[in-house]
Amino acid sequence: MLIRPATEIPSSEITDERVYVRRREFLQACGLAAVGLAASPIAVNAQAAARPRKLENVAKGPFGTTEALTPYENVATYNNFYEFGTDKSSPAMTAGSLKSRPWTVKVDGECNRPADYDIDDFIKPHSLEERVYRMRCVEGWSMVIPWAGIPLCNVLERFEPTSRAKFVEFTTLRDTRQMPGQRSSVLDWPYVEGLRLDEAMHPLTILAVGLYGSVLPNQNGAPLRLVVPWKYGFKGIKSIVRIRFVDHQPVGAWERQNSREYGFYSNVNPQVDHPRWSQASERRLGEFFKRKTLMFNGYGDQVAGMYAGMDLRKNF
Amino acid sequence: MSSARWIRFVLKPAVFAGSLGPLGVLVFCAVTGGLGANPIEAITHGTGDWTLRFLLLSLAITPLRTLTGWNLLVRFRRMLGLFAFFYASLHLLTYVWLDKFFSWREIARDIPRRPFITMGFLAFVVLVPLAATSTAGMIRRMGGRAWQRLHRLVYLSAIAGVVHYWWLVKADVSRPRVYAMALTVLLGSRLFVAYRKAGGVTSPVRPRASTSATR
Repeated sequence: MLIRPATEIPSSEITDERVYVRRREFLQACGLAAVGLAASPIAVNAQAAARPRKLENVAKGPFGTTEALTPYENVATYNNFYEFGTDKSSPAMTAGSLKSRPWTVKVDGECNRPADYDIDDFIKPHSLEERVYRMRCVEGWSMVIPWAGIPLCNVLERFEPTSRAKFVEFTTLRDTRQMPGQRSSVLDWPYVEGLRLDEAMHPLTILAVGLYGSVLPNQNGAPLRLVVPWKYGFKGIKSIVRIRFVDHQPVGAWERQNSREYGFYSNVNPQVDHPRWSQASERRLGEFFKRKTLMFNGYGDQVAGMYAGMDLRKNF
Repeated sequence: MSSARWIRFVLKPAVFAGSLGPLGVLVFCAVTGGLGANPIEAITHGTGDWTLRFLLLSLAITPLRTLTGWNLLVRFRRMLGLFAFFYASLHLLTYVWLDKFFSWREIARDIPRRPFITMGFLAFVVLVPLAATSTAGMIRRMGGRAWQRLHRLVYLSAIAGVVHYWWLVKADVSRPRVYAMALTVLLGSRLFVAYRKAGGVTSPVRPRASTSATR
């Protein structure tokens, strides 16, 4: 398989995150001043202080983009994480109940080294990379996020998948006390997602443990989440407790909920509409005009080969 | 102050100002960056929600009046209905402008192809003649009976509006369900009254409601 890394993103292209925080401050000050109220830098500071601790030794990784990053506060307050409510703003407000330490990841199925790993032991053997990826939600909006994570292929190789391993299935924590949204039956809990083994082993696919150089906020899927940038966002399963090698195609939570609308592959594809809305364009958060959605979310050079000869309309 | 003047100069302006409240909040939040990460989505949802709420409010007037006997309620029905139309127009404008950027070709393709948009569009189109005939002059010109018959179309608009909402959500129908239940109660009460009027019920459950319903 030929994989061409995209050009490195020059660090000059990335707006310093502190500028983004100040932009918010500036806007708030403007707005509040406009209605004759005192500006409240306290509230902004409180928000900034709530950011989790910095991660150390995050090296720049490949596959960057020069597009403007989505500000941290948008990435951390606009979340689809139904385990914490179906409103985009709910997870940021309610995910405090999730305890991301101690945390165990169970690895099992068709591999030679199944085991239960403490999350820190799970991550420790690997070096963290920053990956700036586009994220396209199936709902028609998108972000650009600087993840910190580890290539999934490096992780999976450790467990020595056998020849019977054809797919990888991921499972989210199920615990109604920590995840109050699971009391509602809006999805069939726990959340499950799956990848074909070659998709899982693709160098673009990562397990993220942080964003913007800091530890992953709970609402973004702490302590461990999947990021598959050429697929719709819901494939990026959050708060993973189990990784299982299987010989059959897993059925994801959304596919189980509505298989007519959400398929196993769910590759970003502007030509294949969601049955209820068009996927031809998207709203990049922070932009006024919509932009055209790119095939495989712009990662076609890297991933199209994996789907050569497949009818993507059928295998949506 | 006489009660007519009280309604005209105090109550009506108060309801009018209150009905502009949701728009005020949206504008304030838009200016202060309080609409969150996806402001256009917040505007779309906000105007859509308030369209449905005003439709339901205007539909609640008659049953409320029947139950309570407060006939002055009917004086506010037109205003609430027109505010439903106002928020519906803003909602449609948001779609045409901020979602489709006046690409009429795309819009023309969307309306028949996306069932939830078909429903939303139907709900709006039906409201147009109702808003256009909302003046006292139009009631006179059309005659009360014909006017009333035309304005029963608001039931269709409300049903289409709720279906529009129900069909657009991804999985969590809890909120559209609340609107659907409210609408069921409001329309159901009308069916009940009509049924009883037709002599279907021999012993009315609510004697007081029955007398006022025949007014």
